[in-house]
Amino acid sequence: MLNFLARRLAQIVPTLFFVSVLIFSLQQLLPGDPALVMAGEERDPAVIEQIRHQYRLDQPVPVQYAYWIKGVLVGDFGESLRNKMPVRELIAQKLPVTLQLGAMAIIIAFLIGIPAGIVAAVKKGTAWDYGANFFALWGISTPNFWLGIMLIFLFSIELGWLPASGYVPLSEDWRASLAATIMPAFVLGNAIAAILMRHTRSAMLQVLESDYVRTARAKGLSERSVILKHAMRNALTPIITLGALELGTLLSGAVLTEQIFSIPGFGKLIVDAVFNRDYAVVQGVVLVTATVYITLNLIADIAYILVNPRLRG
Amino acid sequence: MKMFRLAATAAVVLLSLGAAQAQTTLRIGLAEDPDILDPTMARTYVGRIVFAAFCDKLFDIDEKLNIVPQLALSSETVDDGKGLVIKLRPGVKFHDGEPFDAEAAKFSLERHLTLPGSFRKPELASVDHIDVVDPLTIKLVLKSPFSPLLAQLTDRAGMMVSPKAAKEAGDKFGLHPVCAGPYKFVERVQQDRIVFEKFADYWNKDNVFIDKIVFQPIVDATVRLASLKSGSLDLIERVLATDLKDVRADSRLKVATAIELGYQGITLNIGKDKAKGPLSQSAKVRQALDLTIDREAINQVVFNGEFQPGNQWVNPDHPYYQKAFPIRPRNVEKAKALLKEAGVTPPINVDFLVPKGAETEAVAQVVQSMAAEAGFDLKIRVTEFATSLKQAEAGEYQAYMLAWSGRIDPDGNSYVFLHKDAPQNYSAWANADADKALDDARLTSDMAQRKAVYEKLAKLELDDEGILYIFHRRIIIAHTTKLEGYKQMPDGLVRVVGLKLK
Repeated sequence: MLNFLARRLAQIVPTLFFVSVLIFSLQQLLPGDPALVMAGEERDPAVIEQIRHQYRLDQPVPVQYAYWIKGVLVGDFGESLRNKMPVRELIAQKLPVTLQLGAMAIIIAFLIGIPAGIVAAVKKGTAWDYGANFFALWGISTPNFWLGIMLIFLFSIELGWLPASGYVPLSEDWRASLAATIMPAFVLGNAIAAILMRHTRSAMLQVLESDYVRTARAKGLSERSVILKHAMRNALTPIITLGALELGTLLSGAVLTEQIFSIPGFGKLIVDAVFNRDYAVVQGVVLVTATVYITLNLIADIAYILVNPRLRG
Repeated sequence: MKMFRLAATAAVVLLSLGAAQAQTTLRIGLAEDPDILDPTMARTYVGRIVFAAFCDKLFDIDEKLNIVPQLALSSETVDDGKGLVIKLRPGVKFHDGEPFDAEAAKFSLERHLTLPGSFRKPELASVDHIDVVDPLTIKLVLKSPFSPLLAQLTDRAGMMVSPKAAKEAGDKFGLHPVCAGPYKFVERVQQDRIVFEKFADYWNKDNVFIDKIVFQPIVDATVRLASLKSGSLDLIERVLATDLKDVRADSRLKVATAIELGYQGITLNIGKDKAKGPLSQSAKVRQALDLTIDREAINQVVFNGEFQPGNQWVNPDHPYYQKAFPIRPRNVEKAKALLKEAGVTPPINVDFLVPKGAETEAVAQVVQSMAAEAGFDLKIRVTEFATSLKQAEAGEYQAYMLAWSGRIDPDGNSYVFLHKDAPQNYSAWANADADKALDDARLTSDMAQRKAVYEKLAKLELDDEGILYIFHRRIIIAHTTKLEGYKQMPDGLVRVVGLKLK
C-alpha cells in the first residue's frame, strides 16, 4: 500500500511538469497578440510596445517560461494582464465557488442517479426501467445552456422563486447562496446523474445475478436487505470512482453553465482569460485544475484499494 | 452577561433591519466584466460605464454633445490655441478626504502622461506640460494647437485621482481606486460584482439619492434581460435590438436609448493587399461594392429597424454629419456599370474577414447576398476577434467588418483610421489632401470652420472608400419603472447623479 502511494506520488511531479510545459507551449499557438488585445481600442504603437516589454512578451518563449516557473515554485503565479490582480488571489476567489457548485452538482447527481439506477436494475424490463432509461437519455442529450435558460424562465421569471443569476458566498448568507446555486447545480448534476444511473444499473444487474446474492436470497433474507445491504455495496464501488472523476471534470467543464447563470467560477475565469489572451491567468488556472484533477484521481485510487483488498498486493 | 449578549444581539438585529429598510441599492447588469479600474490604464467601454459612478472628470457632455464643466468651472483657449486655462471647482474632496485643487489636477494629468503603460498618453500627446496658475487654476501648455483636447478631458483623460492614494498604490491603484465621484469604491470580486457606496462629501451630494450601487457582469444578453425581469437587477445595458419589442411590452420596464457615437463598417484593404485584388486596385470597384448595399434593408432584416443607417464616421444626427453627402441609394445597375468601367469581369472574389458574433455575422451575410447581385463573391471568413485584429494589422484580408465605439470629438472617429500611417489605418489608405484636412481640423476650435474642413475629408473618403460606413447602433438601456430620472447620453454611459429608486 505504502509502496503504491509512494509510486503514485512520484509520478505526480513529472506529470505536473509536463502539464506546465504543455500549457505554456500550446498557448503560444493561440493566434492574436496579447498586447494588442489588452490595448483594446487604444492601439497606440508606443503603448503596445511598452506592454510587451513590461510583461516580457518580447522575450523568447523559454525565457518567459523560466520566469513563470520560477514564480510558480514559490507560489507566485504572476498577475493578470487585464486587471493587475495577482493570479493566486483570483484563483483563491474562484476555487471555493466552483467547489461549492461542483459538490452540490455531485450530491444532486448521486441523489438522482443511484436510486434511479437501482430501481431500473431491480425492476428490469418494467415501466420503471424504461422511465429511468428515458430520463438518462434526456439528461445526457439536453444541452446545458438550454436547460439553464428554461429553468431561469420558469423559476425566476414566471414563478419568481429563485434569482436568475449572480452568486452569494456561503459564508455571507447560506440560504441566498443555495438559492443562487441550486439551478446551475441541478443543470450540471442532471447530466451526471444520467451517466451514474446507466452505470449503477449495469453494475447492479451484474451483481444481482452473482452467486452470493442467490445465497443471500436462499438464506431467506428480505429482498430489501438483499438489495441494499448485499448487492448495492458491491455495485457502488466503481460508481464512487466515477463520481470523483466527474467532480474533477466539473472544475473546468462547467463553463457554459457558469456563463448562463453568471456564476463567477473557474470555468468562466479561464474562458474570459483565453479570449483576453490573459496568459498568466490561463496558465495558473490550468495548472491548478490539473493538480486538483490528479489529486482526485489519486484519492479515487486509494478509495478503490481501501474497499477492494484484492488490489492491495 | 447572558442578558447583555442577548441585548447586544437584539440591538444589532434591529439596527441591521433598520438599515436594510433605509438603504437603497441600484443593481446594474453589465455585458462584460470591466478591466482595471484605474483611469490611466483602463481601456474598455464597459469600464467607462463603471467609472461614471465614481470618478468625476474635469468636463462632461450633455445630451446634445455640448461640453459642460464637471470638476472644472470653465475653460479658455489662449496663446493662439497653444494654451488651455482651466478654472477648477472649489471645495471638492477626493474619497480619502484629500482636497482637489490645482496641484491634484496637475498630478492626475501628469500621471496620465507619464505612468508606464498609460493608455491616456496618446490622448494627451499634444500636452507639453501643465502649469499651476493659482490654487484653483491650471494651464495646459500645448506643443501645437489641438482642438479635440477639451473633448478628451470629458473622458478618462479628464478623470482626477487622489494624489496621495495614487502615489501609495502605484500601478495597483486600480484595485482600490480613489477618485472624486458621487460614489466610492467598496469592493470588487472579479467577474461577479463591483460595489460602491454613496460618498458623503461629494461636491454635488444633494443630487445623489441612492445609497449603494452594485455592478454585475452578466455576459448572456438573454439572461441579463431575464434578471431584470425577475427583479434581481434594476438596470441593464446593451439590450439586443431584437428584444426591444418584448421590453417595451412589459409594463414594469422602461427603455432609454440614443444612437451611438461610433459606427459599424467594412474596412477595405487598399494599400496592404498582397493578392492585389480588384477592390484594392480600383476605387470604382469599391464604389460598386458600396452601391450594392441597401443599408436600410440591413437595418430592417437584422435589427428590426431599430438602428440607424449611415455613411460617414458620425451618425446622420450628429452635429458634424455632412448633409451634402447623403447615403447613396442601392443601385445594382450602376454598380455593374462601374465594374465594367474598371475593366473587371465578375465574379470578383473577396476575402471577407468577419469577427465572430451573431449580429456581425448576420450583417456580413446580408451584405454578401446583396453584393452577389452585382457579381461580387464575398467569401466570409469568420474569425475570433483577437485573431482577426492581428490579421487586419498584417493586411491579411480584403474586406474586414470592423466597428468603432466612437468618441465625442469627430477627430476620435476619423484621425486614427484615415490618416496615413495612423495606428488603426488598417486600410492603409494614403491621401495627402485627406491628411491635411485631418491635421487642419485639429488646429481650430471653431465648429463652422472645422466642419468645412471635414467636408473636404468626407468627399475624399466617400470617393475612395477606404471604409464603407454602414450603420450606427442604438444604445439600448432597460430599467425597472422603480428607477426614476434616467436619461440616456449619446456616449452610452450610465450617469447616476439625480437617479431615484422608489
